[in-house]
Amino acid sequence: MFNWLDRLASWLVFEVFKLSEESHSAEALHFFFYDTVKILILLFIVIFLMGIVNSFFPVQKVRNYLSRNKLFGFEYLMASLFGVVTPFCSCSSVPLFIGFVRGGIPLGVTFAFLITSPLVNEVAIGLFIGLFGLKVTAVYLISGIILGTVSGIVLQKLRLERLLTPWVKEVLENAEREQNKFEDEKVQLIQRLPIIWHEVLSILRGVVPYVIVGIAIGALMHGYIPSGFFEAYMSKENIWAVPLATILAIPMYSNASGILPIVQVLVAKGIPIGTAMAFMMAVVGLSLPEAMLLKKVMTFKLIAIFFAVVAVCIIISGYLFNMIF
Amino acid sequence: MIKSIKILGTGCAKCKSMLGIVEQVVNETGIEAEIEKVEDITEILKFDVMNTPALVIDGTIVLSGRVPTKEELTKLLQAPGLNTDSPNKRSFCS
Repeated sequence: MFNWLDRLASWLVFEVFKLSEESHSAEALHFFFYDTVKILILLFIVIFLMGIVNSFFPVQKVRNYLSRNKLFGFEYLMASLFGVVTPFCSCSSVPLFIGFVRGGIPLGVTFAFLITSPLVNEVAIGLFIGLFGLKVTAVYLISGIILGTVSGIVLQKLRLERLLTPWVKEVLENAEREQNKFEDEKVQLIQRLPIIWHEVLSILRGVVPYVIVGIAIGALMHGYIPSGFFEAYMSKENIWAVPLATILAIPMYSNASGILPIVQVLVAKGIPIGTAMAFMMAVVGLSLPEAMLLKKVMTFKLIAIFFAVVAVCIIISGYLFNMIF
Repeated sequence: MIKSIKILGTGCAKCKSMLGIVEQVVNETGIEAEIEKVEDITEILKFDVMNTPALVIDGTIVLSGRVPTKEELTKLLQAPGLNTDSPNKRSFCS
């Protein structure tokens, strides 16, 4: 699909900049040019498509649907799928959490949404396709959804409502039932396109600096770190690699755009893909900033349980990834 | 009649852009409005919004989850009876 780009990149590096074929700088530059352009194109397409899908799934409708439909267990899966399709900002974590619980949605279902949302979003998918190919992306997508669903069910079974903060319980009691709200009119897709376009550009503007820095670092690593470098330290046989990578990643936070290009190079240089995935999921999905925000609504114990359940699921996913690939 | 405009948001970059664009449009159109940025989460939760930043005009939530374009905002501010619609609510964070 991107052969033309590969040739363009080669032409640029070898004909225009006249770098020698075997040099590290040629490798690095080729990688940088090729990956940056490829990823920008893919990101644009994926974000645009998701924008169209998302314009039909505003969060209000999701909440109404989830609270009104008894789905015999499938509501966790639905919540997780909605988490994929409706992006949300981590600064919205608290309002969203309250909004869901206020709407009568069980805690576990809310968690399913909250867990899948940061892990599987259009930026991550676009980057995955560009960096790892469609097959890995599909596996990641499925595992992210299952992870959210299962974690949601487990967390629900643990009956953690008593561990919500008193503050939340009070807010829920005082929640105003009738809100002045405008009515959603039926707007045609054609009319929505200018707004979607505007938002795609807005997202790209926010994400592109991180992607470029991530790819630049990845490019340097690609060019200058020898292949198989990491295999010496982290082979598939080392069973502690996955849990260790996960635990190391929890205190770290980066958005997907910055870290995925680096993860790809790590994999190319010999780290097993499951270990790298677990690392990435723990960095993106479990973050201290998010924990700080959630402290308003969850007691420390609840946050700890939440993180522990998700961490275990990530570790399991990591092992599975290692087995599949 | 002075419009009351509230911008709900805990302080991420989008909430700040929302404030900027609201101030810009109010200045340019000359609409009489009182602009307030609500950052306290307890206050924000008095409105039933799930996605910040959110825009509240005269007590009605007109937009949540994204920053409007100037044209959209102008239309929202000039709407007579606040029979306004927001075709899509979308936000991002990556």
